[in-house]
Amino acid sequence: MRRKITVFLIIAVCYLLQSTVFQALSFASISPNLMIVVVSAFGFMRGKKEGLWIGFFTGLLLDVFTGSILGFYALLYMYVGYFNGFFRKMFYPEDIKLPMLLIAVSDFSCSLIIYFLLFLFRGKFDILYYLLNIMIPELVYTMVVTIFLYFIILKINQKLETIEKRSAVKFV
Amino acid sequence: MRRKSKFFLPARYLLLIMSGVCIIIMLLSFTLNISGGPLNAAAGYVFVPMQEGINKVGTWISDKAVNLKNLSDVMAENEDLQNQVDELTTELNTIKLEQYELDNLRELYNLDQKYPSYEKVAANVIGKNSGNWFNTFTIDKGSNDGIEVDMNVMAGSGLVGIVTDVGPNYAKVTSIINDTSKVSGMVTTTSDNLIVSGSLQKMNEDMVIEFNNLNDKDNEVSINDPVVTSAVSYNYQQGILIGYISSIETDSNNLTKSGTITPAVDFEHIEEVLVILNKKQTVEN
Repeated sequence: MRRKITVFLIIAVCYLLQSTVFQALSFASISPNLMIVVVSAFGFMRGKKEGLWIGFFTGLLLDVFTGSILGFYALLYMYVGYFNGFFRKMFYPEDIKLPMLLIAVSDFSCSLIIYFLLFLFRGKFDILYYLLNIMIPELVYTMVVTIFLYFIILKINQKLETIEKRSAVKFV
Repeated sequence: MRRKSKFFLPARYLLLIMSGVCIIIMLLSFTLNISGGPLNAAAGYVFVPMQEGINKVGTWISDKAVNLKNLSDVMAENEDLQNQVDELTTELNTIKLEQYELDNLRELYNLDQKYPSYEKVAANVIGKNSGNWFNTFTIDKGSNDGIEVDMNVMAGSGLVGIVTDVGPNYAKVTSIINDTSKVSGMVTTTSDNLIVSGSLQKMNEDMVIEFNNLNDKDNEVSINDPVVTSAVSYNYQQGILIGYISSIETDSNNLTKSGTITPAVDFEHIEEVLVILNKKQTVEN
């Protein structure tokens, strides 16, 4: 329960920051994607199942406030969380290379999927333009923010895990 | 150690089930045109107050910063303006006389105002689309304040967009510069109709939106002509300013023209908008 509330708070804070503060701090009308960092980080820290649920609810939140069709972002982010879960066994908290790489790949593939499904099919074929002006700037900005956000999420998760371990020991 | 549930469902089956759920939700919302419903209400009550708070703090801080910076500018401007006020007052007096005359003449001719003044409600922008692909935003008024889907949204004198979803205390506005938006417009100088469509690429490059299907055989439409919403538009009220034509080209079919429009609204800095409470009357209603 404690974990659920904490995760909800993290998602809420990230969404609020992204829709208000980071829109004001956008460079050339590009803002970072905090939600993908959260989903991806919980995916490789906690495994497929939890990544899947967190991705689903995060996506649903985005659908309600920004999407045009309910369920699209939920589906997309759910898969992001799930696939990041495969890397749980390779994940070590001290090493930042793998998390950075995973978050970068997640963000970029999300952008690509959004472009293919929502832009290419409407006849906007200039992929190079979108790549250079939307996807890559978003990726770079997201990676900059990740350096800070990832450690915050990591610390919160470690704290939660020690509390959970302690209470599990108590019951035994 | 985590407690295990009564039955253990492997992650891949869970993924399959949830994918199915998502696809069903998508199909339902696409075909039946339903939006979140209770989901909207719940999310609205949790997030909208917080967004409002953050925005208030943000505006307060930026206001203070701007205040300090502008103080000296404003002093100088004040002096200029004072002079201008004197000039304008004299001008105003002349115009008042003319207005009085005009009113009288209007009454004589029994002319009604050409465009009825719409009933409006002011709202604050509280959150913008979190992604970089679409240009939608949420405002702090919802169905509790009488806002419905398909109401037009303005800022200043220009058209901003249309309400596409409402919750009890918030509404989602899709702006006319959004990549999927299309508005039927009219050039005021020649009354020719055209279609205005938002474009992410054009907006990012030159801060303009596209128009096409302009039928102008005699080359009467020129750059800087104002474009307003047309009478034949299905969702938009007639006569709201969209922007000014910034470039025109003849299409390869030699019949129609297309080009770009500079929007009348500064979409980068929208903070307050006006929602028109009258909806466009269509044949069905």
